[in-house]
Amino acid sequence: MNDFIKILDKNGLVFAFLVVGVIMYVSYFVSRKVTNSKIPGAAIAISVGLIIAYFGGEKGVASVPAFSGMALLGGSMLRDFSIVSTALGASFTEIKKTGFIGLFSLVFGTVIAFFIGGSIAYFMGYTDAKSFATIGAGACTFIVGPVTGAAIGASSEVIAISIAIGVIKSVIVTISTPFLAKRLGIDNPQSAMIFGGIVGSTSGVSAGLAATDVKLVPYGALTATFHTAMGCLICPSILYFIVQFILK
Amino acid sequence: MKIYGVAILAACFLVGHLLGDLLGKYFNLNGNLGGVGFAMLLLILVNDYFKKKNILVAETENGILFWSTMYIPVVVAMSATQNVKVALSGGLVALFVGVFATFACFLFVPLVSKFASKRGAENNSK
Repeated sequence: MNDFIKILDKNGLVFAFLVVGVIMYVSYFVSRKVTNSKIPGAAIAISVGLIIAYFGGEKGVASVPAFSGMALLGGSMLRDFSIVSTALGASFTEIKKTGFIGLFSLVFGTVIAFFIGGSIAYFMGYTDAKSFATIGAGACTFIVGPVTGAAIGASSEVIAISIAIGVIKSVIVTISTPFLAKRLGIDNPQSAMIFGGIVGSTSGVSAGLAATDVKLVPYGALTATFHTAMGCLICPSILYFIVQFILK
Repeated sequence: MKIYGVAILAACFLVGHLLGDLLGKYFNLNGNLGGVGFAMLLLILVNDYFKKKNILVAETENGILFWSTMYIPVVVAMSATQNVKVALSGGLVALFVGVFATFACFLFVPLVSKFASKRGAENNSK
């Protein structure tokens, strides 16, 4: 048994291919047979991922020795690599059309998430400017939160909360996008870009759109990745200064 | 050959990350500012250019397409390696902020979309 685990651990990435392949197969099977394709297989597969992560530790299931390869397959390198590849389907003329509105939704979405998130935290007892800004930044994406927290020197507890907020956000976006897409009018490249810009959370937006309509992924993912960049740019600077000014 | 496509993808990825990193340094942040976004833009531009010149062979394109079909599996692996326990035990604040801020953002999507299509219609009629 020990030898077997050693082999799995040593060939972590290959074992991860097998694990994810099985999860995908089962999830798509359940989607088709049990939910009559109403709940997308992708959404089920990602939820299964999160559920098995709960049984792991700090690094989710990758904290279990045999599953260490999952961290490589799901790590930032391969994730970004595959996100970038989805851009192949995007056409430049569509993006040009959304130029101004894309930028507008980016700034708008960041500011909205930041102040709504921060305000809720304020009323729940996190009344200092640093906590307000870090938690508000966490409401953008789970990358903006810790980047902001580290930049302005927030406590590690608040930073942990900001990561948690970002993760919860990406889960909500992932699972609810396929159900809400029609009502929110997300059925064309422009609305997908606006969606990505306002909601942010690259993983949530692209996974959610993938389950809705694969063709929309590059548009949503494009603005969503800039959402993180925009958040990292303005949350620890302009927005933090505004919060400091108001809470003084 | 498929590897040509993968190589093009890799080149875009690395240049994009380099740009993001430089931008991060410029603004004194330890992060990578929009590296993925730059890489995607670059791939779109390169793809457009190659298509115009008619030098992008289907086999080359398949090298890139393979990775885009790997996207969901990679996201599944990513969610399986998140610290879900902390996300759940991070207190009610995390839950409230996560839920409310997210749905508030959702609500603004149709509004901005409407605004955008109005603007587009005006521009077209000009």
